[in-house]
Amino acid sequence: MNRYQAGTYDVIVVGAGHAGVEAGLAAARMGAKTLMLTISLEGIAFMPCNPSVGGPAKGVVVREIDALGGEMGHNIDKTYIQMRMLNTRKGPAVRALRAQADKQLYQRAMKKTIEDTENLTLRQGMVEELIVENGVCKGVVVATGAEYRAKSVVLTTGVYLKGKIIIGELQYESGPNNMQASVKLSDNLQKLGFNLVRFKTGTPPRVNGRTIDYSKTEIQPGDDAPLAFSYDTTKFIKDQIPCWLTYTSPLTHEIINENLGRSPIYSGVIVGTGPRYCPSIETKVVRFSDKNRHQLFLEPEGRETNEVYVDGLSTSLPEEIQRRMITTIPGLETAEMMRPGYAIEYDAIVPTQLWPSLETKKIKGLFTAGQINGTSGYEEAAGQGLMGGINAARKALGKDPVILDRSQAYIGVLIDDLVTKGTNEPYRLLTSRAEYRLLLRHDNADLRLTELGHEIGLIPEERYQRFLVKKQMIEKERQRFAALSVKPSKKVDALLEERGSAPLKEPMKADRLLKRPELSYRDIASLLPYDGEVPDDVGEQVEIQVKYEGYISKQLQQVEKMKRMEKKKIPHDLDYDAIDGLATEARQKLSEVKPISVGQASRVSGVNPSDISILLVYLEQGKLARKIG
Amino acid sequence: MDYDTIAAVSTPIGEGAISIVRLSGPEAIQAADRVFRGSHSLAKVKSHTIHYGKILDPETDQVIEEVMVSVMRKPKTFTREDVVEINCHGGLVSVNKVLSLILDQDVRLAEPGEFTKRAFLNGRIDLSQAEAVMDLIRAKTDRAMTAAMSQMEGRLSKLVRDLRKELLDILAAVEVNIDYPEYDDAEVVTNRLLLDKALVVSRRLDQLLSTAKQGKILREGLSTVIVGRPNVGKSSLLNYLAHENKAIVTDVPGTTRDVIEEYVNVDGVPLKLVDTAGIRDTEDVVEKIGVERSRRVLKTADLVLLLLNYNEKLTDEDRSLFEATRGIPSIVVLNKTDLPGQLDLDEVRALASENPVIQLSLLKEEGIKNLEQTIASLFFDHGATLNDETYVSNTRHLALLKQAKSALSDAISAAEHGLPVDMAQIDIKRTWDILGEIVGDTVSDSLINELFSKFCLGK
Repeated sequence: MNRYQAGTYDVIVVGAGHAGVEAGLAAARMGAKTLMLTISLEGIAFMPCNPSVGGPAKGVVVREIDALGGEMGHNIDKTYIQMRMLNTRKGPAVRALRAQADKQLYQRAMKKTIEDTENLTLRQGMVEELIVENGVCKGVVVATGAEYRAKSVVLTTGVYLKGKIIIGELQYESGPNNMQASVKLSDNLQKLGFNLVRFKTGTPPRVNGRTIDYSKTEIQPGDDAPLAFSYDTTKFIKDQIPCWLTYTSPLTHEIINENLGRSPIYSGVIVGTGPRYCPSIETKVVRFSDKNRHQLFLEPEGRETNEVYVDGLSTSLPEEIQRRMITTIPGLETAEMMRPGYAIEYDAIVPTQLWPSLETKKIKGLFTAGQINGTSGYEEAAGQGLMGGINAARKALGKDPVILDRSQAYIGVLIDDLVTKGTNEPYRLLTSRAEYRLLLRHDNADLRLTELGHEIGLIPEERYQRFLVKKQMIEKERQRFAALSVKPSKKVDALLEERGSAPLKEPMKADRLLKRPELSYRDIASLLPYDGEVPDDVGEQVEIQVKYEGYISKQLQQVEKMKRMEKKKIPHDLDYDAIDGLATEARQKLSEVKPISVGQASRVSGVNPSDISILLVYLEQGKLARKIG
Repeated sequence: MDYDTIAAVSTPIGEGAISIVRLSGPEAIQAADRVFRGSHSLAKVKSHTIHYGKILDPETDQVIEEVMVSVMRKPKTFTREDVVEINCHGGLVSVNKVLSLILDQDVRLAEPGEFTKRAFLNGRIDLSQAEAVMDLIRAKTDRAMTAAMSQMEGRLSKLVRDLRKELLDILAAVEVNIDYPEYDDAEVVTNRLLLDKALVVSRRLDQLLSTAKQGKILREGLSTVIVGRPNVGKSSLLNYLAHENKAIVTDVPGTTRDVIEEYVNVDGVPLKLVDTAGIRDTEDVVEKIGVERSRRVLKTADLVLLLLNYNEKLTDEDRSLFEATRGIPSIVVLNKTDLPGQLDLDEVRALASENPVIQLSLLKEEGIKNLEQTIASLFFDHGATLNDETYVSNTRHLALLKQAKSALSDAISAAEHGLPVDMAQIDIKRTWDILGEIVGDTVSDSLINELFSKFCLGK
């Protein structure tokens, strides 16, 4: 292939999935001249698996992306067919939004946003090679021969690297949903010295909704209340489409058990490691053999299609077995399968090869984000894409990287886990992965991150001003609650009785009264003199901040302790072999991970507190030596 | 550098007449002041002065110890932080009580080498000493790890692991409810359910703490009884152990007036030698105290040193001693190896069964080291399984158990007050983490593993 010089950019993003679009948009919006390359323009922001965005932990990530100036929240708010708030009966820390997406609309809306963005060039093309000079990434080479130069490159290749689809005995090279796989780039990465792993994921069959008997299933409607991911959204979609719940039957399990020999997972065809949190139906039936049924959610893929996603039935059994399985499910007895489920294997890079900025340690100016880093899920990909894009642009513009810590955002937890501990299965965010989840709520993502988003240059001035007003109102209302007392009276007693709360014997400060679990912000506000309209989100913040003050301050204390260790930086070139007294395992792990701070070092598995003590002493010794020298 | 406040006994335990509890950190003076009663409040005294007073339990106002307290304000101190040193003279028991009280005042037990480490990090020690600091940390940690390993096999570890398992069950169930809200196969954990389970764990913690309160093995010593026929050398053994190991003699109130206990430190194991008065007053202990009393004394024993005369044949009296001490960890000591052997060693070994048999000569002071090492190894290998509900023996464990208990109480109180279940969860998780420190098991992934092994999760 004849090569030609095709252009020079600040940032090149390879891939336009959920990670790629965030990376490209962020870089361009920050003022970097950005090129986004993708194998097919039909694959932009494609959802090859479930048609939904959000859920516990993931939903918080979408809010965080929005507060930092990313696109996912905006895009889903424009295109959902159903929106629900989950965990409403639990505490504020674990509440989460989840939307069912109109897949095609989601793609179209995202594509249009990209096309409309200044500084951003979108082009079809398969990247086959990186241009690397003296350990620095200088650009990419496309299959057509085009050579693009850039100051930094972000790889967001998803499951395309040496992707292989497996359905029973059938195997073929492919990206998700029969998209073209990328083969040469994976070889190129290996040649450049990167350590790759083989992961696996899968998706269930889709059926034609017209052929489903919904009367045998349970309806799962969306919430009536106006809900949105983005803090910008003011228009809400009214006509929502329900999902439906059904179950596998004993007959389904029988068919699966009879045909395990033809399952690629059990016959040994699949070598990649799959995710435990999203097991195939054959895995569920084998591992939990005492269960006689498993839940299946029927989720429409959009408004202008009949295709329905059978959530819970992920499988790589042969097509004919899948078709037989479907007919054993209540409501799907006569359903027509439109696409079979499949397993897909792909190459990912071992994420401990990355700095927390998502830049690779081996090659400067090269960043990776999303599924290539061993994660799974659109939201996890988007969160990394945003940070990768921000840091690639900052690198190109000569600025220091932005790194979110574990107390700032789920995105920080996600990236820190990846680059510090690595992962031996596709990584999914769970609320239990966060130490400070009471601080990482979905309702306060804007309070946590808008300032930073503005500083980075992704939050427009108008929105920032709106945010400052909200912040001020919260502060003012908290002060008012701290200052005013509720006095015992008939009206007060009546309300308290109605809420099952003990009557007042003497005046009580409003914020103290609000601490009672059975009373809400609106309850208390109705007992205080009217002082202008307070928006719902402000009231909610006051309520949460006051009610859980004790817990929040406890977590803040823990964060303080953690931060002390995060502030102790470790030089990138520290030679761990030169430190006497480190245990061998710690020495190996630390040399591999190259933590940027003592805090990060302490989270590396296999590193003990005594190793950290020795590291601290060593670092201090160096400082002292420099002072004396 | 701004660290938290730490404390530890800074003199070798049980080895000196005076033991020092040292505190360092921003809260050192306030913490000490809360348990100190003297003519001045420590907060008001001048730096680098020493004060006479008493240590009181602030909850019961009971006097624990008469002490001299030095107050040294930063920066001219060993660690360059505020430092308080409490000089205790009452031996192992009271110094541990003082330390326990201090650790109740939001003070953390120092890690091995931590004072020195702080001294270094705060720039108190110069560069040439850095190497030594590292050696110190490593050496002390290794020793602590060896001790931890022997504890691991013990019942404390097992109990704590069981408790953690119970907590993990609660945690996993709550987490499943949170991360998979639509998943119908997991029991919905309500406050009621959580409360039931938390209360069970809480009661177990209380039991553990109450055994600790009575002061057990490491804190008060391994209760040891020397038995043997007249003239077999009990008094010599006692005197040897006592003199060589700087015994501290105390009257123990509330017990028979002639029962006296002596504390000695044998290779790092504190021994509480019981009924030493009986041995000192008359060699003929069995005759004097009678069967009843010897049974009573033996009943509380963690360890028996059964002395036989190497130079004489085994008597029925010897055999009855074997009988009386059956079931109690024992060491059979054959004294007088400087004289010709008359003892039927095969019969002795048969009677001793699992218990070690040591030959020595107290007169020539030969073989005594061997005995001391046997005592130490017996203790470290089987310390927690000795004849006693003696699980919580060291101050670090005690401090951690107290923290765990307090975290769990927070969880219980949250559940009782009707806060959302995931709030109580925060404190349950903390309890679980703290207990993990006792058994050295803080792998955070185990919760996620539990989640996926237990529940069949999809969406």
